[in-house]
Amino acid sequence: MKYLPRLPLFPLLTVLFLLGPLVAGLWGTILPAFGHFPAGGHYGPSLEAFRTLFDWPGLSAATRLSLVTGIVSALLSLAITALILAGWTGTRGFRVLERLLSPFLSVPHAAAAFGLTFLIAPSGWIARLFSPWLTGWERPPDLLILNDPWGLSLIAGMVVKEVPFLLLMSIAALGQIDGRRRMALSQSMGYGRIKAWMIAIFPALYARIRLPILVVLTWAMSVVDVAVILGPSTPPTLSVQIVRWMSDPDIGFRLLAAAAALWQLVLVIAGVGLWFLGEHLIARLARRHVQTGRRGRSNTPLRVAGFALGTTVSLSLLLGFLGLIIWSFAGFWSFPDLLPDQFTLRSWMRHRTGSLDALGETALIAGVSVTIGMILTIGCLETEERLGLRLTQRGMWLIYLPLILPQTAFLPGLQTLLLNLGLGMGRLPVILAHLVFVLPYLRLSLEGPWQSWDKRQATVAKALGATPNQVLWRVRLPMLLAPLLTATAVGVAVSVGQYLPTLLAGGGRVETLTTEAVALASGGDRRAIGVFGLMQTAAAMLPFALALALPALVWRNRKGLLNG
Amino acid sequence: MANGLHLDQVRILKDGAPLIEIDTHVAPGSVLTIMGPSGVGKSTLLSAIIGTLPPAFELQGHVRLEGRDLLPLPPEDRCVGILFQDALLFPHLSVGANLAFGLTKGGTRAERRAKIDTALAEVGLEGFADRDPETLSGGQRARVALMRMLLSAPNALLLDEPFSGLDAELRGQVRDLVFRHARARALPVLMVTHDQEDADAAGGEVVRLG
Repeated sequence: MKYLPRLPLFPLLTVLFLLGPLVAGLWGTILPAFGHFPAGGHYGPSLEAFRTLFDWPGLSAATRLSLVTGIVSALLSLAITALILAGWTGTRGFRVLERLLSPFLSVPHAAAAFGLTFLIAPSGWIARLFSPWLTGWERPPDLLILNDPWGLSLIAGMVVKEVPFLLLMSIAALGQIDGRRRMALSQSMGYGRIKAWMIAIFPALYARIRLPILVVLTWAMSVVDVAVILGPSTPPTLSVQIVRWMSDPDIGFRLLAAAAALWQLVLVIAGVGLWFLGEHLIARLARRHVQTGRRGRSNTPLRVAGFALGTTVSLSLLLGFLGLIIWSFAGFWSFPDLLPDQFTLRSWMRHRTGSLDALGETALIAGVSVTIGMILTIGCLETEERLGLRLTQRGMWLIYLPLILPQTAFLPGLQTLLLNLGLGMGRLPVILAHLVFVLPYLRLSLEGPWQSWDKRQATVAKALGATPNQVLWRVRLPMLLAPLLTATAVGVAVSVGQYLPTLLAGGGRVETLTTEAVALASGGDRRAIGVFGLMQTAAAMLPFALALALPALVWRNRKGLLNG
Repeated sequence: MANGLHLDQVRILKDGAPLIEIDTHVAPGSVLTIMGPSGVGKSTLLSAIIGTLPPAFELQGHVRLEGRDLLPLPPEDRCVGILFQDALLFPHLSVGANLAFGLTKGGTRAERRAKIDTALAEVGLEGFADRDPETLSGGQRARVALMRMLLSAPNALLLDEPFSGLDAELRGQVRDLVFRHARARALPVLMVTHDQEDADAAGGEVVRLG
């Protein structure tokens, strides 16, 4: 073949945009952690920052919180997901649940967390529902439910948001492992539904969703926005404390923040290590248990539990969303009334300018980062195709790396590095930081549709005289319009939801819907939270509606493209 | 012997191990049928001639068409048409646009439209230009696929089990249509099939692999 050996430009650029900020950020964390921070007048190396960190009285609590909330959130999310799948896949109830949950996948973490606060707070809907007839409360009780020192509400917030994520990832993976026949075989040998699922399907499924589970684990260990809204405050989780130190007017605190960021990285690595150990132990126990041949016929309690948990998660998201809407339009609303006395546009009018400015900024950042991301991702897929390359398991880990590495470990470093280099923070660094998290999700959502496209279409087009570029532009991309738009919507939702990259790479000056919403958390102005939370949710969800509507409109006369 | 399709001592190796060996000549207007059980690499041979051989395979020997050496050329410059079991009409284009995709470039818009309409009329599909390919029957799709390929003015025609997807009655009709057009244009045809009836209808030489 006489094809010119082309330089794989797109893959190289993608790796650069993906790993560049990561490596730079880690480097920018390591230097000040060891006392080297020229912009602040500090020259290392020294261990002073670590000494200060280990003298900080809140460290053990923050460390414990980070480990416990992370591991418990991941375990609970996985267990609930498995219970729902084991008990209910293939039933009508499951399809209802799936339809209920999928739209909420795109809801930003912060909005979901705010929605939860409107439910479980002492003055929230649940308390109102049972007051005063059952509880006797005439006023909101003085209970520490939100921001509880054990991080329980933080865990609840994470679980509510991660169960839909794991569930939909699992449904996608189940398509590849022929679950139905595995189930039929095991059940025909007399195994109960849940037991059959756990033995015959779960191990294969787990292998396929292991990376998403690690994303949930490390994300839950180091999350900032949800922890600001729902997590404990004195002391807060380690990641929240890092962000507090980073935003201290005394620039010297950046050294302490950098040392804490490295400590956070160590914790996450330890957490992943513990998780791997757990995997190993459970697999061993399970193998021994399978040998007993017990059939596990009594399924009802577990199935009921799975259904109850699945319903609780969906209802929390649904009612939380409803709470955002109602608070944003609420006039006077006294406890324990279930609804406000009147509905008004006052909150929307008051925040019109602020929220529209933030919406514009959000749209601009999402638009640019997703456009760059789509060009790079399609460029990569096409280059790999032409050069006959396939994404290896190692390549998959590379793509997942920015999602698994804790954001608090390298984003503070990115900021200090920008400071050291005398570069300003602002919109451009924010866009590049968003790209780091947008790129993996674009690739993950396009990989399947791209590979399963019938390559004989390309052969036919080439035999008709079409060049590779014509095949791409005139045949492949138009045929893949629907998945391309879905990937774009996923990318926009990811960008809209980013809190820490916007805050740190923007130096606090880039104000998106997410940063504005999270900033409202401490003030407790629920009407403002409703407005910004709702705008944030809409900004993440509307692109999905468009991604569904547009192909149906464009291809309304092309049946072959409407049903998959 | 410059005319037709020459496969000169063609050997295809998969990961270094020989898969197919063939040395033959298909004269213009005649059909060479290649038969054999699935998995012997019949389709691989076709993709080698088209120019879409996957990297795991290696091709030795020469493939010449009308005196030109095909192997150094990219697929789009080889002037080799192919029909598969499925019509593979592009689902995002109308029937007419599918044909326009195949039609060699040049000519005014009206001339091109006229050529497309003529081609449709030739296979009894007058007025189908604006139809969605998905709304066509299997036999209609096969005929559009044939005309799309012929409009690209190929110098040879490859058939990869092209009639297996059609029911018995249609099968004969479409087969006759394809052979008739190929003969009328004096195209060398290489057909891969596992159906003896196809081979008998082709009437040409039969090579058995595997």
